[in-house]
Amino acid sequence: MAGVDNNQLFSAVLAIADDHLVLAHRLSEWCGHAPMLEEDLALPNIALDLLGQARVLYTYAGELEGKGRDEDQLAYLRLEKEYKNLLLVERENGDFAHTVLRLFLFASFMELYWQEMVTSKDATLAAVAAKALKETCYHVRHSAEWVIRLGDGTDESAERMADAVEELTPYCAEMFDAGVGVYPAVSEGILVDPSKLAEPWQAVVSRVFKEAMLQDVSMLDGHQRGGRKGEHSEAMGFLLADLQYMQRVYPDMVW
Amino acid sequence: MAYGDVSMDLDAMRLQRLAYEAAAKVPDPEIPVLTVADLGILRSVEIDVSGNAVAKITPTYSGCPAVLAIELAVEAALRDAGFEPKIERVISPAWTTDWITAEGRKKLLEYGIAPPVKGGNSKMALFGETVVACPQCGSEETERVSEFGSTACKALYRCINCREPFDYFKCI
Repeated sequence: MAGVDNNQLFSAVLAIADDHLVLAHRLSEWCGHAPMLEEDLALPNIALDLLGQARVLYTYAGELEGKGRDEDQLAYLRLEKEYKNLLLVERENGDFAHTVLRLFLFASFMELYWQEMVTSKDATLAAVAAKALKETCYHVRHSAEWVIRLGDGTDESAERMADAVEELTPYCAEMFDAGVGVYPAVSEGILVDPSKLAEPWQAVVSRVFKEAMLQDVSMLDGHQRGGRKGEHSEAMGFLLADLQYMQRVYPDMVW
Repeated sequence: MAYGDVSMDLDAMRLQRLAYEAAAKVPDPEIPVLTVADLGILRSVEIDVSGNAVAKITPTYSGCPAVLAIELAVEAALRDAGFEPKIERVISPAWTTDWITAEGRKKLLEYGIAPPVKGGNSKMALFGETVVACPQCGSEETERVSEFGSTACKALYRCINCREPFDYFKCI
């Protein structure tokens, strides 16, 4: 495809893959700890979807890079600064309100993102998007229901959800930053320009917040950025120590 | 070669059909009453120029942990039928529950799993509700217990009429 550098495409695909891997890891931490059995099934189910999406994206990123790195090498054998995921997804889970709100904020963004990506001129990305979109619809619905249930629930649940909104709001703007080198691929119809999704995303969030009796706030003015450039919060190191443990202790081990 | 062109074609078609039938019989590891053909995840089996039986398989969910088991089972079934198997994983077009055959839907219902309601997951389904009939008593008075059930492809429901819990094969 003329004008599009495979290295830039590699970086862009890698960043999305990293978002999915890291959030999958965070959600999987709930396995065995969720407040009820149904949720103990739901969160790892969603984590599994995200992990499946990450796997195809990593595999494709490896092909774009052309240096023979496979999904495992990309997922497990990079250094912290080489991960380009959003700060939003690496944050510690916090309480259940924080967990489901973060999932809702990210999944509702990805739903819009995949909807655009379905028409990508890159056949692989279009196929991944078509598959992921169907799964993401379920993630949005499930997490939105919880945001509403907790926001419009007891005094305590409403307070916790309001706290979660306050804490996570500064992290949302980074979702809409187009990474370096995205624009040539956007104008070629290969990648999605995330900044275009900001307004529709805010509309979805406002609609759910209204239903949840939460205060309608602008989520687009956040200042917490860095993940897309590889500048992470303290939480990331601990997450990677856990995630990469097996590959670091037993290099090149396979199942 | 002793065969003429026409008989070659017939022979190739016969082989292809045998290969497809061998692969199609493989049961799904999570819902063993269904075969991979009932589920619509076995997209095709073709004999390539080197005589290998190439089976194309589409995963149900991106992260479906059963995909590998299914691929190995199809490979083994083809080998048992005397073919040299090759498995290809294809993700496009994305699998949809609409590909579950009529036979498959019937088997699901008999097994106690409510088959997917067609068009039950429209993109704007943020606040939508799907009516799922109870596979035990047929009542439409049912409630969703959890959108995510025992496997990636199922949701958990309960019948208000007969009080039985049941799995619903959710639309995707």
